[in-house]
Amino acid sequence: MSEPDPGLSSGAVVAEPETLHAPPPRLSSPLARLALDFCASRPAVAGLAVILVVAVAAIFAPLIVPQNPYDLAQLDIMDGTLPPGSPSYAFGTYWLGTDVQGRDMLSAIVYGLRISLLVGSVSVAFALVIGSAVGLVAAFFGGGLDSLLMRIVDIQLSFPAILVALILLAIFGNGVDKVIIALVIVQWAYYARAVRGSALVERRKEYIDAAVCLGLGTRRVLFGHLLPNCLPPLIVIATVQVAHAVALEATLSFLGVGVPITEPSLGLLIANGFEYMMSGRYWISFFPGVALVVVIVAINLVGDRLRDLLNPRLQR
Amino acid sequence: MLVYLIRRLGQSALVLVVMAVLVFIGIYAIGNPVDVLISPEADLAEQQATIARLGLDRPLWEQLWLFLVNAVQGDLGRSFVHGVPALRLILERLPATLELALVALVVALSVGVFLGLWAGLKPDALLGRSIMTGSILGFSLPNFWLGLMLILVFAVLLQWLPAGGRGETVDLLGIRTSLFTLDGLSHLLLPAITLALYKTSLVIRLARAGTREVVLQDYVKFARAKGLSPSRVIYVHVLKNIMIPVVTVVGLELGSMIAFAVVTETVFAWPGIGKLLIDSIVNLDRPVVVAYLMMTVFIFILINLAVDLLYSLLDPRVRLSEAGA
Amino acid sequence: MNRILAACAGGAFVLGLAQAALSGTALVGTALADDLTIGLASEPSALDPHYHNLTPNNAAWQHIFDGLISQDAKQRLQPGLAVAWKPLDATTWEFDLRKGVTFHDGTPFDAEDVIYTIRRIPNVANSPSSFTIYTKSIASMEAKDPYTLIIKTEAPRPLLPTELSNLAIISKETCEGASGGDWPKTEDFNSGTLAVGTGPYKFAEFVKGDRLVLTRNDDYWGGKPTWDKVTFKPISSDGPRVAALLSGDVDVIDNPPTQDLPRLKADKNINVYSGLSNRVIYLHMDQFADDTPGVQGTNGRNPFKDKRVREAVSKAIDRKAIVEKIMGGVAVAAEQLLPKGMFGADPALEVEAYDPAGARKLLAEAGYPDGFKLVLGTPNDRYINDEKVAQAVAQFLTRVGIQTTVDASTKSVFFKRRNSYEFSMYLAGWGSGTGEMSSPLRALVATPDKEKGYGGTNRGRYSNPAVDAKIDEALQTLDDAGREKLLQEASDLVIKDYGILPLHYEVTSWATRKGLAYEPRTDQYTSAMSVTQAQ
Repeated sequence: MSEPDPGLSSGAVVAEPETLHAPPPRLSSPLARLALDFCASRPAVAGLAVILVVAVAAIFAPLIVPQNPYDLAQLDIMDGTLPPGSPSYAFGTYWLGTDVQGRDMLSAIVYGLRISLLVGSVSVAFALVIGSAVGLVAAFFGGGLDSLLMRIVDIQLSFPAILVALILLAIFGNGVDKVIIALVIVQWAYYARAVRGSALVERRKEYIDAAVCLGLGTRRVLFGHLLPNCLPPLIVIATVQVAHAVALEATLSFLGVGVPITEPSLGLLIANGFEYMMSGRYWISFFPGVALVVVIVAINLVGDRLRDLLNPRLQR
Repeated sequence: MLVYLIRRLGQSALVLVVMAVLVFIGIYAIGNPVDVLISPEADLAEQQATIARLGLDRPLWEQLWLFLVNAVQGDLGRSFVHGVPALRLILERLPATLELALVALVVALSVGVFLGLWAGLKPDALLGRSIMTGSILGFSLPNFWLGLMLILVFAVLLQWLPAGGRGETVDLLGIRTSLFTLDGLSHLLLPAITLALYKTSLVIRLARAGTREVVLQDYVKFARAKGLSPSRVIYVHVLKNIMIPVVTVVGLELGSMIAFAVVTETVFAWPGIGKLLIDSIVNLDRPVVVAYLMMTVFIFILINLAVDLLYSLLDPRVRLSEAGA
Repeated sequence: MNRILAACAGGAFVLGLAQAALSGTALVGTALADDLTIGLASEPSALDPHYHNLTPNNAAWQHIFDGLISQDAKQRLQPGLAVAWKPLDATTWEFDLRKGVTFHDGTPFDAEDVIYTIRRIPNVANSPSSFTIYTKSIASMEAKDPYTLIIKTEAPRPLLPTELSNLAIISKETCEGASGGDWPKTEDFNSGTLAVGTGPYKFAEFVKGDRLVLTRNDDYWGGKPTWDKVTFKPISSDGPRVAALLSGDVDVIDNPPTQDLPRLKADKNINVYSGLSNRVIYLHMDQFADDTPGVQGTNGRNPFKDKRVREAVSKAIDRKAIVEKIMGGVAVAAEQLLPKGMFGADPALEVEAYDPAGARKLLAEAGYPDGFKLVLGTPNDRYINDEKVAQAVAQFLTRVGIQTTVDASTKSVFFKRRNSYEFSMYLAGWGSGTGEMSSPLRALVATPDKEKGYGGTNRGRYSNPAVDAKIDEALQTLDDAGREKLLQEASDLVIKDYGILPLHYEVTSWATRKGLAYEPRTDQYTSAMSVTQAQ
């Protein structure tokens, strides 16, 4: 199922205004070439730009939003459910309106993005580390250990993520940390399987034999030589999984087993606001929903492009 | 083949038991269902009598042992809330979920293959690229959000379709189905679309990739050279060959569809097992939660087996012994 | 190949049908005029009327069965299958039964059916919430003649008629031995075999999670019921339930979310009916432990043992703002545990005025000029807007210096944590099943005592001997006026001691399509008998 890579063959580079890394005139390094190919896809570049803007906004949230939505002393229920553009006594304007507690929706969305992205990226990071380690070990040592680990991976993957996470969180209770743990548990197996797959291929190559013959330690061979060569498919999976994790977290919060109400993520904001949707106060649910969809689409656009470039054989 | 089947079923049984035990203990740890179920008017003596009546006064290991002993005999316990056998409760609701998942699967397959084929035949045309970008959107829209938006637009604003619940059902071979009444289908449409969207995107991508591969194959070129009409080439030669990966993946995804039905059923008040699961978790109805999970895992096992069998039928080169990994 | 094409064609076929359905939906909404479809927020867990003492179950059985005595919309007692009742002495009651009533299967009703019913109550297998709380005071029963029933109680029991009104009378002739064992089984009620009562509607079909269908009992002793056919559909999510009403799928819904009420009221195709319920939402404070778990910054003291702190908390909360902004005006600020006008509520009590300055002053007097840190526990899926109300309370307390964080959890987790005293302050609600004041007093503020059945939900462990004495006395007083006065005095004592802080009374709402009217019930039951064609 290999596809001819349109990025390589077309070669037409369209300079986008949002392009952050200008391509060098000569394709000197693989990375630069990758960047150049990446930029050939306008949707992907737009996605990357959105991700960067959102990430910056999330990181510097306290500096850029007018209100700390978690500080009860700053809220006033008398300002509850004001429509977008209403004036505020405390600060300028509620550009996106307020929720029932008098919370500025713009601030709540930026802070909600923060929680959503935090949950997405941290859970993916942990799952990546744990899953890669398992996959490498399985591929390198092989034999009984390999089949045991892969059996566990198979079992894990045969359960749908949503169900496992739902049950785990029902047992753990609400909390950002608990959501992250649940997401790590449902995700690690993807990486384990992918890393093992590519590590098995790489392992047979001469440079690994050479490294082993040189008497390098197991750890050094594993992490210094084997791992770097398994990275490309991992990067693709990780990117797509961040989007998955964000969506999954939102779904769990919607079902009431995700983050606590005191630290609402986008999913929880949508769930809270949906009650008001039909009464015409659309802004409480609609804007967080738009933010959520935009973020997930952006990540998926980037992931999709990376997949085309790094690993055309990968299915999802 | 038989050895392969036995080994696989044995492993599955082990998984089933381990999972049931873990979930059993996990739900025990959440809380006492009597706190939720009992009338607040009940005094302390009545509370304790109820705990005893439901067998919750015994130590955990004893409850677990009883459960396992009964489970081996096919009795997964009685629902604390409904007072009827948990398995029966689930089997009563299963047709609704299967109906929803199957319709969603059919929608995903028909729409997905059509669009994917198109995108694969004309990869550089505007429409082909739009389909691909659109499929990313399909991946990205969270299931619950899509459901809420569909309700808002089609049920509330336009008032074309009902907002939730299951329509009129008829008995077909002892199974209640809403597939054969207008009312039933109108209730089914929105939840099925919601559930199908993600899989549709998946099928589009599979079908497109398959098409692009297949059109370069020699037999397609020969077929064209032979002067067969383009539509015959596409529908007979291309379609047949792209269906192999599509059927495999989609078959496997039927399991995750049943799982995702939890979300869709919650949004649309669809009376299937997914909604039963959520209600049972809320009420700490442990027998039902455990029975649900055992049932679902059992269905997955069956589906996986079925896909392997179907795969070997579609592609004679595949022998089951190879699929054992 | 052919298989594949068939699959695709099948898909197209289904889509085609669906489109046909789409144009056909106009027919769906306009059912026959005498059919009624009701969307329920929560469905009954069983049709066995003695299985689960729960609001949706009790609301459902009222259609199929009758009680010996019935409660009207304001929970006042009315004749049911008993036409009259009176105490013969302190522990003996006589009930005159209605003559000429038959069950749906034609078996006649008499005193033996009542005795059989009451004897079955403790023998319902697996009951998660038994009705024995209403029958355990009964010492003996005797049918003096087929239509005169004598009941003796262990001790004076003024609430016996109220308690009996919660029991659905089943037919001895139909049920005895019907399930094989000694007592009829819950399953046989669910399947309809034993769902045979004397009530206004007959069982037709019960599909759990999907529908409950009833048809008119033309021989009903109370006159011909309004509807030919009643269908209950459980739609637990708020949004879809409202959408179902707006799209004409159902004729009536219960508990429309408060945030949708303004819009529903403005819609000329929809009528909204609201009525005060018997449910109070309150804050309870740990008044027992010395080192209370949810408080920080008090050097290990428990501030709530000081009445001034409790008073300060009460003054810090703007109940009217909560009612206005969080409850959308659909609630009534509360001054005690049961609305005025109901039996035992003290008419002299007033809602605490919002006085943040006074609250700060009291806190300073009590030795907490800088306040303290507090965790407020609340369920998030039990009462109307429970978690939102808790957040608003936290906002108000934070403003007077008590820095409050809300710890919200799902009801199963919340009740477990509350019952193990994990909260220094929690928000919860109480609905008075008996419709009078002894219910909340006994459960919420009486000193916990297993023997007497007191303080079952007093998880703040408030204890006031004066209050206990008044409740004891009231529960022994058969004379209604005397009992009411004692209950009023007890209520007064608790509220002025700030032993518990009432926030508001829930108002229950129902929304109907145009042309229907709904008579709200304080017990929050959703009932087809309350729905009438609007004039």
